[in-house]
Amino acid sequence: MNQPASAYFLEERHDPNETHTLSVLVQNEPGVLARVIGLFSGRGYNIDSLTVSETESHKHLSRITIVTTGTPTVIEQIKHQLDRMIPVYRVVDMTITGRSIERELAMVKVRGRGDSRVEALRLADAFRARVIDATTESFVFEITGNSSKISQFIDLMRPLGLVEVSRTGVAAIGRGPEGM
Amino acid sequence: MTDKSNDPNQMTGAAMIVRALIDHGVQHVFGYPGGAVLPIYDEIFQQSEVEHILVRHEQGAGHAAEGYARSTGKPGVVLVTSGPGATNMVTPLTDALMDSIPLVCITGQVPTHLIGNDAFQECDTVGITRPCTKHNWLVRDVNDLAKVLHEAFYVATTGRPGPVVVDVPKDVQFAVGTYHPPRKSDVHVSYTPRVKGDAAQIRKAVALLAAAKRPVIYSGGGVINSGPEASKLLRELVDVTGFPITSTLMGLGAYPATGKNWLGMLGMHGTYEANMTMHGCDVMLCVGARFDDRITGRTDAFSPGSKKIHIDIDPSSINKNIRVDVPIIGDAGNVLGDLLQVFRAEAKKPDIKSWWQEIATWRARNSLAYKKSNDVILPQYAIQKLFEATRGHDTYITTEVGQHQMWAAQFFGFEEPHRWMTSGGLGTMGYGLPAALGVQVAHPNSLVIDIAGDASVQMTMQEMSTAVQFELPIKIFILNNQYMGMVRQWQQLLHGNRLSHSYSEALPDFVKLADAFGCVGIQAIKPGDLDGALKEMIKVKRPVLFDCRVAALENCFPMIPSGKAHNEMLLPAEATDEATAAAFAGGKALV
Repeated sequence: MNQPASAYFLEERHDPNETHTLSVLVQNEPGVLARVIGLFSGRGYNIDSLTVSETESHKHLSRITIVTTGTPTVIEQIKHQLDRMIPVYRVVDMTITGRSIERELAMVKVRGRGDSRVEALRLADAFRARVIDATTESFVFEITGNSSKISQFIDLMRPLGLVEVSRTGVAAIGRGPEGM
Repeated sequence: MTDKSNDPNQMTGAAMIVRALIDHGVQHVFGYPGGAVLPIYDEIFQQSEVEHILVRHEQGAGHAAEGYARSTGKPGVVLVTSGPGATNMVTPLTDALMDSIPLVCITGQVPTHLIGNDAFQECDTVGITRPCTKHNWLVRDVNDLAKVLHEAFYVATTGRPGPVVVDVPKDVQFAVGTYHPPRKSDVHVSYTPRVKGDAAQIRKAVALLAAAKRPVIYSGGGVINSGPEASKLLRELVDVTGFPITSTLMGLGAYPATGKNWLGMLGMHGTYEANMTMHGCDVMLCVGARFDDRITGRTDAFSPGSKKIHIDIDPSSINKNIRVDVPIIGDAGNVLGDLLQVFRAEAKKPDIKSWWQEIATWRARNSLAYKKSNDVILPQYAIQKLFEATRGHDTYITTEVGQHQMWAAQFFGFEEPHRWMTSGGLGTMGYGLPAALGVQVAHPNSLVIDIAGDASVQMTMQEMSTAVQFELPIKIFILNNQYMGMVRQWQQLLHGNRLSHSYSEALPDFVKLADAFGCVGIQAIKPGDLDGALKEMIKVKRPVLFDCRVAALENCFPMIPSGKAHNEMLLPAEATDEATAAAFAGGKALV
């Protein structure tokens, strides 16, 4: 292939991508989330999902859970780059430790009458989704689980009158008695 | 309420800033005043411990502080105003981040109640400088200011050094609060740079080194940053092992250029012997360097047969570009000390005589050769003459960016660390002149020379006025080929010799310009002029603009062509038009 003249190596490498869930414990100070997001956009890393909230307010600690996709080298870089930020305490790769639970919450609005309305309710029951709002022509379901379960539920709702979805992104925690 | 009026630690935010500078041993600040820093300038006016150097453009202040930092090992301090003052600092901050230079930059900000209002000279300084600093802070409460300032100095100077920004709104500068001197608790508990290397990894490294048949040491700016002790240890390691050593652009001077194991610089414009040694080695010890793309050439063909040991203080430098076998995270000097101790106790100098013989054949290719001329000054010759003329002087060299920078690295021999200030990572044209200012401020009696190009030097030329005002006798040695030489070289090699906008038309008359600035202008046109002109330049105790007219179309060799590996260098003797065309054929990819 005839590439334009350049100083740089233009051939892209095609190592297989992996998806990893990272838990990042940070000092909750102004701009900390912007730092993390800026790192991802600035260095061209992917964010599949991101959740953040203060978890220990007396210590001003926040926990950020990031789901990211990249080659093993890129994933390793992401962890090092996060870890060297001044307000970051720890970075744990929940995918490598293999002993973690991941959950996501979604609220799913479905509009319909008649059979499709009954079917939506039946499926919601099978998925252990709860009804948190209802009108005569709509439901809002609340569902928690891993991301694929939620995606599956949303797919099933689509032909039954899916209006909109709000998802929280993934939160993750390790199994067993130890903290991160 | 208790009466605090007699408490000496009660003071305005502006006074705290000056007090903190004094507490951190800062003697010089480079800056430019403006509305949002007037309270700080008022405090500076009323004291004499910190000297302020007034530049002509904030970028100049940043590079001057970089030169100051790199030549002393101390942090460089910058004070600029909000808005354009801060945005003009973006280039030097990025430059310092790339080259790991400790800078503390204090910016003024509009008063807190105006932040976010698009106020006059307002910009989101912490937002803009977030990706180009090691860390930054916006201080909204005067009682946080002391802690943040102390932390800023700590973060800038420890671990992998880098630039930091403290953004201080004007109302916080006026507000009165409590100051405290530096203390340990001022630092984020989450910031714990690792200094000491892992003992088991060091042992592994020693085992590899001791068994090496074709070793090489590849050192970088991290050795310089670690302090003079690290350079001393590096020299000891070379003596104890007998290994050949090469260095990146940033690492020049850590090992002396007259040392017998010195191979010269490596990389794109490194020597043939350095790159061939890297390519053919079986064990590589990388100390404080980061396998940058200008060093490695094509990464998938980089030193294919070697086990690699990598000492770096920044874990994110490990395995970023090149996978290594034995990573050691820690300070270069600290790890080198431990490594030496283990090597002395457990290993013997390996016999690498045949490896040295092989290296001698590469050396014999004389990759830095160039055709001399009696009619025109060759740029390489000019640097050699400059080097000879400055021997015996206490010399510091800065550069701009381009061909002249590479020739300086190739032909000027550095014997000591902290003597060579250049913009390596970011490649900032306009760095050298203000950097020379900073070096001269730190070393008022030394000979400070900016080896410049005619294009680069115009980017920060206005700082000559600063040199005149503060009686800083910097020498600007311009290799004037009337081109952006490196751009022209690449257009010639990669873009069919279409010299798009790389000719410096309408150059100023540098001698007259020197006169206008109130400094000294010197010109050399013929090779025979050089000795006398250089002598004059060194003798005169005022700032000098030296217009050295050099061959216009000279190219910088040796060179690793596009998409090629270390063992495929193009040497000057072989760089005929046909060979060059063939080497760059297809114009594909790397370097």
